[in-house]
Amino acid sequence: MAVAVEAATLLEVKDLHVNLGQSHVLQGVSFAVREGGVTALLGRNGVGKTTTLRAILGLVGRRGTVRLDGTDLTSLATHRIVRRSVGYVPEDRDIFAGLTVEENLRLAERDAEPRYDLVYDLFPELRQRAGQRAGTLSGGQQQMVAIARALLNDNRLLLVDEPTKGLAPALVADVARVLERLSELATVLLVEQNLGVVRRIANDVVVLDQGRVVHTGDARGLLAQPELVRRLLSVSAAGQP
Amino acid sequence: MSTFILLTITGLGLGAMYFLIASGLSLIYGLMGVLNFAHGAFLTVGSYASWWMSDHAFDGIHSLLLRFLLGAACGLAAGAVFAALVELVLIRPLYQRHIEQVLVTVGLSLAFVALVQGIWGTDAHPYAAPGWLHRTTTIFGAHIPNDRWIEIATAAAVLVLLQLFLHRTRYGLIIRAGVENRAMVTALGIDVRKAFTLVFALGGVAAAIAGVLSGVYFNTIDPSQGTSLLIFAFIVVVIGGLGSVGGSAVAAVVVGLLQQYVNYYASSGIGDMAVVLLLGLVLLARPRGLAGAFAT
Amino acid sequence: MKRRVLADFAWPLAVFGALAFVPKIGWDVPKVFDSAISSPGTLQLLALCLVFGGLALTYDLLFGFTGLLSFGHALYVAAGSYLTNIAITNWHWGFAAAILFAAAVGLALSVVLGFVSLRVGGIAFAMVTLAFAQAGSVLVHKNPHDWTNGEEGLSPDYHKLPSAFVGVFNTKHLYWLALAYVAVVFLVTRWAVESSPGRVWQAIRENELRVEVLGLRPRAYKLMAFVLGSFLATLGGIVYMLLNNSSDPSVIAPNFTLMLLLMVVIGGAGSRWGAVLGGVVYYYLDNRLGAVGGSSTVQGLPHVLRTPLEQPLFLLGTIFILIVFFLPGGIAGLAARGRPAGLRRLEEAIRPGGAVGGAPEATLTEPQEGA
Repeated sequence: MAVAVEAATLLEVKDLHVNLGQSHVLQGVSFAVREGGVTALLGRNGVGKTTTLRAILGLVGRRGTVRLDGTDLTSLATHRIVRRSVGYVPEDRDIFAGLTVEENLRLAERDAEPRYDLVYDLFPELRQRAGQRAGTLSGGQQQMVAIARALLNDNRLLLVDEPTKGLAPALVADVARVLERLSELATVLLVEQNLGVVRRIANDVVVLDQGRVVHTGDARGLLAQPELVRRLLSVSAAGQP
Repeated sequence: MSTFILLTITGLGLGAMYFLIASGLSLIYGLMGVLNFAHGAFLTVGSYASWWMSDHAFDGIHSLLLRFLLGAACGLAAGAVFAALVELVLIRPLYQRHIEQVLVTVGLSLAFVALVQGIWGTDAHPYAAPGWLHRTTTIFGAHIPNDRWIEIATAAAVLVLLQLFLHRTRYGLIIRAGVENRAMVTALGIDVRKAFTLVFALGGVAAAIAGVLSGVYFNTIDPSQGTSLLIFAFIVVVIGGLGSVGGSAVAAVVVGLLQQYVNYYASSGIGDMAVVLLLGLVLLARPRGLAGAFAT
Repeated sequence: MKRRVLADFAWPLAVFGALAFVPKIGWDVPKVFDSAISSPGTLQLLALCLVFGGLALTYDLLFGFTGLLSFGHALYVAAGSYLTNIAITNWHWGFAAAILFAAAVGLALSVVLGFVSLRVGGIAFAMVTLAFAQAGSVLVHKNPHDWTNGEEGLSPDYHKLPSAFVGVFNTKHLYWLALAYVAVVFLVTRWAVESSPGRVWQAIRENELRVEVLGLRPRAYKLMAFVLGSFLATLGGIVYMLLNNSSDPSVIAPNFTLMLLLMVVIGGAGSRWGAVLGGVVYYYLDNRLGAVGGSSTVQGLPHVLRTPLEQPLFLLGTIFILIVFFLPGGIAGLAARGRPAGLRRLEEAIRPGGAVGGAPEATLTEPQEGA
């Protein structure tokens, strides 16, 4: 997209190191996410994409700097980071199976006026299933709840981890559409293996390999180079290995 | 037949006390991952505080019932405050260091029992309760000591109140979610640590109630009551399913009844071993306990 | 490599060798001991310190090295103590036969109960071990056929005991027995931990999942550690009975196991000499803190301060809490500085969802491996 003015940096990650057990999973990850739009965090399995998101939120011990809109988040506890308008849609969704759909949403309320209208507009099914135990929902429905939770509050930054994982193709398209909508409301940092989705909605990409950033730049630019894509991600540009 | 009824009611009375201790233990473990060995100390605080207040602070009051109730109320308050302090001073600083948290509760339980022994001696103290509780009611030929009804009613009331709290309040919601997945709760912007202190305080109140009731049940209080009841409470927690209040209730009833029946029909002491056997069987068949992972 | 192995065995042997000369030392150490070192009273105290050093190490084998938090270790100590005693006193067996009997039953018991207990992990394992010990306690109190003598405890028939162990003047022999016991436990533990199953134990303590992925069955190895530790504890129970000249129910109470846990943590979980030192120091303090309470300094204090200070267990419990806060590595940690790796990884033993109990925390748990 053509922007006359360089968009401001919303999230800045500098020299992030994470050790999990014996592995040095993140070895000095640095990148910036500009405000507005979608930045896709790409890489093969196991390079540290999920760990990066968790490190930003302080869910794992880390060294380095994380700055949100200029404010240093590194020493803050997770719940305080989240209260600075950061939403999280984890890999595997992590909704509370023992709670109802409605309770899952209610728990996620943070602002004075949670945006239930928006949530039920995007996910009418959730209104119907409000009293249903979340553990009995299908994978796709659970994903809806997970995204709805992040949508409920007016977040500036959304960290979304593989939202299409394990979903049937039709649902993948639905999720992509929802993500597009989300990107109009907030800046999205998206971990995604499905390059079709990335092609559709991502503006920028950051590619990780072995705990380090190996490529940053324009999304379309990367996807236009199949050789580069194959080398970095071990998949073809169409999204198949 | 009348013996059977007496055994049943007594078993339920004992189960009631196990439940009161186990419910707090279960929530504390389920939410915080802390195996609270000091829970017996909360019970002791309840029994000694209520006894001391009713004998010393309220001795001007004539009505034994009123003295007893006021003393009990103080015991509960003391239990809540003590438990909250334990969490704030000893547990919270060791956040996420689970082994150290368990060790600290072990140390506290030993030190606390020793302290109480030092102040009031190892011998049992008679515990004054309203006369009606010492009399019996006759049901189908069985002479049931009246304190059993109070224990059962109190435990039932606590169960209902706890469930209402867990399902109808925001903190209850946070606790239920936290038992399932504490990290995700923080990732929703919620400071779980307040819930931790609350859960400890609730556990303290419930254990203190058990302390007052055990004074009534045994007619005396002594420093080691907390520890001996705690062992059975642990067994109840594991059988019922860690983190599940409802599971603890069911398990407490089963354990209490089993203990009474076997102790009588087989021989004294064998009932306790039967409970251990039950624990082994449950763990072999359903390691998650009766309630499984997610029910509360 | 060989040189290191020699050195590892050489210095402990030297220490134990030196300790063998203690009964010859006629010195008085005021305040530390009530009478001369070589006197029966002090030797008895020292011998008990050594036995507890050994027992603490047997517990450390489970807890510190393998990450098994057991609350029922006392059961095996009691088995050694009571079974030997009962065989001698009630069944009129010979000493050697009684010891073999107790050791064999202790071994069998640990295999069977260990197998059942290890079906679960973490907290449930701790509770099952507690429950089994509790069952044992009930049995002791029930006094079947009048064998255990219930609350009062059972004194062994001294006619059946080797004369070297009978009588006050033979206390030095009991001292050497206790020394031999702790030396054996120390060397066996060292050999076991450095052996290849021993390395698996430490791997299990660090990351059980990885061990499984490597194709090894952690449960079999855990059982090995459990059986070895429990068997050595049974032997310790026999020595303990001889030293005390009785078996009494305190040896099977939950507090006994908790005491071992305190000893191990104070000394340093996962450290061999730390555990032994923890046992020695704790037992000594438990014994002598009573004297501190009766001392003129403490008696001079106001009532509020005096009462808790008179209770050894209060002091020990408080010291223990302070150690957990400020010195989690125990005495051995002072040497290693900071929280030893072993204790950090013991988190796995009782983390919710780590083994049994609580919901499995899928992605968002304490740091796990993988991206």
